[in-house]
Parts: sequence; structure tokens; C-alpha cells
Amino acid sequence: MTNRLSLSAILLFLFFSASSAQHNVRTERISGSAGDVLEDNPVGKLKVYVYELPSKYNKKLLQKDPRCLTHMFAAEIFMHRFLLSSPVRTLNPDEADWFCSPIYPTCDLTPTGLPLPFKSPRMMRSAIQLISSNWPYWNKTEGADHFFVVPHDFGACFHYQEEKAIERGILPLLKRATLVQTFGQRNHVCLDQGSITIPPFAPPQKMHAHLIPPDVPRSIFVYFRGLFYDVNNDPEGGYYARGARAAVWENFKNNPLFDISTDHPTTYYEDMQRSIFCLCPLGWAPWSPRLVEAVVFGCIPVIIADDIVLPFADAIPWEEIGVFVAEKDVPELDTILTSIPTEVILRKQRLLANPSMKQAMLFPQPAQPGDAFHQILNGLARKLPHDGSVYLKAGEKVLNWTAGPVGDLKPW
Amino acid sequence: MKLLSAFRSSYLNRRGTTFRSLDPSSFDGGFIPKPSPSSIFWLAIHCLCCLISLILGFRFSHLVLFFLFSTSVTNLYTTTAGVSQLLKLKPLEKANVTAKSSRVVVGRHGIRIRPWPHPNPIEVMRAHQLLERVQKEQKSLYGVRSPRAVIAVTPTYVRTFQALHLTGVMHSLMLVPYDVVWIVVEAGGKTNETASFVGKSRLKTVHVGFDQKMPNTWEDRRRVESKMRIQGLRIVREEKLDGIVVFADDSNMHSMELFDEIQNVRWFGALSVGILAHSGNADELSSVLKMNQEGKPIQGPSCDSSGKLVGWHVFNTQPYATKTAVYVDDKAAVMPSKMEWSGFVLNSRLLWKEPVDDRPTWVKDVDNLLDGNEEIEDGPLSMVKDPSMVETLGSCGRNVLLWWLRVEARADSKFPPGWIIKSPLEITVPSKRTPWPDSSSKLPVVTKEAKYNQPATEKRSGKAKRIKEQEQ
Repeated sequence: MTNRLSLSAILLFLFFSASSAQHNVRTERISGSAGDVLEDNPVGKLKVYVYELPSKYNKKLLQKDPRCLTHMFAAEIFMHRFLLSSPVRTLNPDEADWFCSPIYPTCDLTPTGLPLPFKSPRMMRSAIQLISSNWPYWNKTEGADHFFVVPHDFGACFHYQEEKAIERGILPLLKRATLVQTFGQRNHVCLDQGSITIPPFAPPQKMHAHLIPPDVPRSIFVYFRGLFYDVNNDPEGGYYARGARAAVWENFKNNPLFDISTDHPTTYYEDMQRSIFCLCPLGWAPWSPRLVEAVVFGCIPVIIADDIVLPFADAIPWEEIGVFVAEKDVPELDTILTSIPTEVILRKQRLLANPSMKQAMLFPQPAQPGDAFHQILNGLARKLPHDGSVYLKAGEKVLNWTAGPVGDLKPW
Repeated sequence: MKLLSAFRSSYLNRRGTTFRSLDPSSFDGGFIPKPSPSSIFWLAIHCLCCLISLILGFRFSHLVLFFLFSTSVTNLYTTTAGVSQLLKLKPLEKANVTAKSSRVVVGRHGIRIRPWPHPNPIEVMRAHQLLERVQKEQKSLYGVRSPRAVIAVTPTYVRTFQALHLTGVMHSLMLVPYDVVWIVVEAGGKTNETASFVGKSRLKTVHVGFDQKMPNTWEDRRRVESKMRIQGLRIVREEKLDGIVVFADDSNMHSMELFDEIQNVRWFGALSVGILAHSGNADELSSVLKMNQEGKPIQGPSCDSSGKLVGWHVFNTQPYATKTAVYVDDKAAVMPSKMEWSGFVLNSRLLWKEPVDDRPTWVKDVDNLLDGNEEIEDGPLSMVKDPSMVETLGSCGRNVLLWWLRVEARADSKFPPGWIIKSPLEITVPSKRTPWPDSSSKLPVVTKEAKYNQPATEKRSGKAKRIKEQEQ
């Protein structure tokens, strides 16, 4: 009697576990080095105070050029807007944990739409001078509990050319603040230790408008669309993308498994959804919106950028989701990709299918739980409480207000 | 000289600042007016390097200087086996000195190209296996949950166009990713012709003969085909086959999406059939199309905006009123019947003798029909008590999943049995460029009549003689 009872209990348990396992086969939970934090709710964990800066730092720039809302650097504008109506915002600066300064330094666009960073350091400097003179909170910590969104190519180094950016280094006044930036490369001057890396802005409605049913079979092995040689700025090759993109082209242009080319078809998003691997090589900067697109469309990203730091690296275990290929191994890319075991590929696809993963890469309007805005707040919350040493005694000064190239010291 | 020096200076300029530190001092500077021996020597070296570079295809001079003057060994990219040295090699710029030491250097890098940049066949095979596995996983996750077998019922008979039609159906069924049972009912008894197709298909098949011969008028043919389909359904009942019954007429063309869509049927479903009523006469077709502008050549369910079945779309036979074919080989357009069988699919459990638990009440009891006591008049809808309950497939008939076409040869057309030519052909026509010497370059117009009308004209006789020769 007891035998039969235990047997039936075992069978019941197996049945339930099997059925529940079947349910979960589609996706897998994602937990990075900081734990299972993708779905955390930041409300209640931190308070953010948003400075009221004159509109010449934000609204006027946007009015002059509304293209700032759609290019890949639009995160700074949308973060400001999100914070204005978010429950973490507090109107009492004394109880705030973090301070947000709404400045749009990348909103100075050329006629073709590329941002010019030449005036950005001066704009930042003048804004910080304003903040430090009108409110006492900057001087308390010299900016250690302030954060700035700097989504430009090399973050707060404010230049698009890597050598010049390295020369400049991070703006001296921002040395103690937390930077929220898209650029991330290990052991690089322009990535501070405590920075939060975020994905570049990609328009979510545009991507969701091109979704195809998930049962359309994935028939492209490797997919890439973009430049291999930047003939305007680097005609000889070897400079752009450290020669990695050119190497991809030269080695695999004859390979039918690689659907790579420079033309931009109208079915670009649909084709990504029909591919297993999407290449995300570096360009002039190591990050690109291709990563966001690959994650949203369930295509395993193949990241070819040495030492890159990917968005929300502590919340998302990128090694388990993407494939990292060193730039020196690019000629062996086909061997590398075909030698990945099938189970690993299926697991990566399951992780990518997790909706919280896709949500974490997007900046939807209006904000939705689990999206990139919330991940930024979660990241800021994880840095709390502030270490006691950041609070300076009255009159103590750490930052050098006259450091940096002479051109930066001019008022804006 | 001027040209050469200009070339040299432009060459230096292109390399830019990177090369200045490694340049031997004798390379910089500009134009030396008098040809001193050292300058001639360097000029000769330069020309030699240029020639070698031309042959080899990369900047040889760079390589030489690099090996001579470079100090850092890390620039040699002889990494893993199979990657040879670079074709475009330039010395690296050192990054600006910072406190952090980064592995990644800014500046010009070589473009690594392996010696044989072509796909490895074993890797291609592996990639295809990966693709297949991923697609299988996709199908299991997002496709049909528990796929049911497809039971295809095909009435057929031996005639010239049977090979064409049956091959099409056979190939479509062979591609179906589910289990298939193919029931072939043959009018006039089983023959080897049909058996060869059925055997080639490598599917589970049931091949039965039907005692009547196929009549020659379309009207009668439709009636006999209905009876043959009922015979097929009888077989489903006897063998207790489990699956979805599809009426795959041998001259129809089925899309693969049809078989995926019918997996959604519960008991009795209807889908849209594209009707290609074509007489083969181009002028007639264009005039008919002009008349038929408003109507669409579709037969299938029609829904209102809320998706409820409200009626049936039938093919408009009005424009063809005077010109329809009566006999199977008439040159006029062939009309479909009011409701083609191929537009309906049913769950085989409806046909079983034993009562199935949740058999719907809106389907008639088919036992009477299958036992031969009833005659089926208007097509498969008469099997249903309440036609409005029929399930619609293909987003309520908006997707046309198969096409109806009736093409047959003349009644007296003969074809080689099994389509194997055993006896020599009666008529041979030499091709335009034939290796045999005694045929003219012009293609002679040879018809059956020419064989009998021998000495009609001079020309003709020549040809006829030739024909006779070839015959012998």
C-alpha cells in the first residue's frame, strides 16, 4: 500500500516537473554577476533629483534640431523625460541619492546628422559651474553623487576620433561623477571604473513594426549589413574598425554561409530574424546599435571588438548570450561559428527569447517596466549607499577646475 | 627624374607621420638634382622594391624596412596554423602613453586574410546541420503542437496527362513534413502505370481499383470521381486511419502551406481554392478576363468582418456560359463543379464506425453514405447538416492554398506505356546543328501527312526520301 502510494507520488512529481519543464523550454532566466536583477523594480530603492537648468542646455537645442530625438544618441533626451515623470523623482533635493543634470551635449548636429563634439566640453563645464554656484549639492561631494548621460562615441572624452579622445581623456570636472555612457572598453581612458554602460538608442516602434512570426525558419547562417571599408575617412583600410571589418569581407565574401554586403535592403530587420548569427563588429567605436537589433530579433550577436564592455554588463551575462571573437581570430570565424555545439546555440537562443532581455535593451516611449531606463536606475541603485568618503568637508576641493585644453575653458 | 622624385615624395606623404620614425634618413628629403652614386643606388633599390611589390602584390618595401628597423616583435602575426602573414602589413602606432596598459592599440592595423579564403566543405555541412537543428527546434516551439497524419485521397485513371498530374501530387506529398497516407483510387482497375507512381513515392500508400471506366464527358467524370472519393473514405473507415483527410485531385497543385494550415482543423474545414479555368486559347482568355473583372477565380468560404462564416464564394461560370467544354478533350474552358471536393478537409474520426466521444452534431452520420445507400449530389457540403458551422482555414479563405486546373489531352492521344520508348520512333526530326553530314541546315517541316503525300513537290520529295532513309 505504501509502496503504491510512494510510486504514484513519484509519478505525479515527474509528470508535473516534465510539464513545467516543457513550459519553460522556450526561454531561460537571465542572471548576471549581480544576480537575477533584470526584473528588479527600482522604485523605492533610490531617489533622484532633477536640476532645473535653463533651456539653453536642453530644450533650445532640441528645438533647433529635432533630429536629436531619432539618432542613436537620443538616450540622454529620453532619460531626462523619463525621470521627469518617474516615481523615483523627488522634488526635495535633500533626500535625493542621485542628482540628474539634463544637458544634451550631443545635440549639435552637422547637416548630415552626425554630432559635433567640439562645443560639448564647454557646455558641460558651464552647466557644472551653474550647478555648483546655484545649488550646494555639487560642492558637498564634488559631483560624486551626480550622474550624467554621455552617449557619444567615446563617452565623456567628447571626441569622435579615438586618438584625440584618448588625448583628452574624461573631462576633468566629471572625474568623480558617475557616467552613463554607451562606450565601454576595458582599460581605456574613456571608461571610468564606476560607469554604467547602456545600449545605444534604437527606435522600438520601428523594430516592432517589422516583426515576423516566430515559426518562420531561420535559414541564414551569418548576417551582416554595413560598411567594410570607410572610403571617405580611411581609404587604405586598416584604420577603420582596426581592420576587422575589412578582414571579414576579404575572408568571407565568397562564402555562401555568410550573407554580408554593404547595401541596405528594406527587409533588413526581417532578414535578421531569419538568421542564426548576426555580426556586430566594431566600427570607429566598439559599440553599435546592431547589438540591440540582434537581441530584439533573436539573432545571436557575434561580437568582434577586443575588450569591449557591453551594456549592463553586471546584470546580463553576455558570454552566455553572445559569441565573442577576438579580432585576430576573424579569418577563422567560420571555423569558430560552426564548431559551437548545437546545445550551446539552442541555449543562447532560449536566453535571447526571454522577453526581459529584449526589454532591457530598448528605450520605449512611454517607459515600460524592465526597459533600459529601469536598468539604468537599477544600476544606480546598486551603487548605493554612497561611500562615506565621497562627502567632502567644507571648503575641501578635489577637482581641478582649470585642467584640460585651453579651448575648453572658454565660456559657452 | 622629376617624376620619380615626385612619386617618392607623394609616397612618403601618403604614409604620413607614422613612417617618419622608422625611415632611414636617406629616404626623406626631396629632390636631389645631381645624380650622385648614393642617390642612384637608393633609386635602384627603390625601383627594385617597386617591381617586387608589383609582382607580389603588397608593399614589399614596407616589409623590408619593417624587418630592418622595427623593434617590437609583437607585430608579427604568425598566430595559429593556417594564418599566414599579412598581405597588407604596416607597423603599428603606439598608443599615447596612459597609466592603463591596454591590449588594444589605436592606429593602423593589418587586414588579416587567410591563404585560402574559401569555404571549407566540412564546415558548410556542419553549418547546414546546425540550421536544420535550429529549424527543428523552432518548429517544435512555435509550430504545430501535435501534428496529425495527412490522408490524401486521389482519384485517377490512366491517360496521357496522368504522368504529369500524378508526379505533381506525388512530389507535393513527399515534401509534406508530417506522416502521409496516400490513397489512390483508380478507375478501370489497378494498372502498372499508376502502380509505378505510387511505388516511387516512398510513402505509405493504398492503391485500389474502381470497377467503372472513366467516362468521356466532364459531367460524368465528376460523378465517377465523387464515387471514387467515397470509396477512398470507405478505406479510411475500414483501416481506421487517424488523421486529416485531404482530397488531393491529381491535376491540382498544392502549396506546402496547405498542409501546415489543415493541421488546425478540428472536424470539418473549408479553404479557398484558386480556380484556373483555362481553355488554352489566349484570345478567349483575355476576353473572358475582361468580362470577369469583378469576380475572382476563387472557390471557398467567405466571412464577414467579425470572421464568422456567412457564405461561399463560387466561381462565376457566367462568362463561360456558351463556351464550356463538354468532352474531356474539348478546346473550350473546363468548368469546376459547384463545390470542389478539394476545398474541404475533414477529420478521419468522423468516418469511423465506432462513435467517437465528441463528434459534432452538425455533421451527418456518414455511415449511410459510405455503405453505398445514398448518392452524394452537391459535393462534400451535403455531408454537413449545418453548413454555417464549418471551420474556415487560411484566415477565413483569404489565403489561397491550392489551385484547381483541368488539362487533359485528346481522347485518342497515345503515349508510350510507362513513358519508356521501347520501339523506335516513327518520326525523327534532325536538330538544327546535327553532327551527321547529310542533313540540311534548314529544319524540314515534317508531319504525318508528309509521309503519305510523297511526291507532292520537288522539295517535299527530297524530304520524304530522307525520312524514308532514316526509317530504314
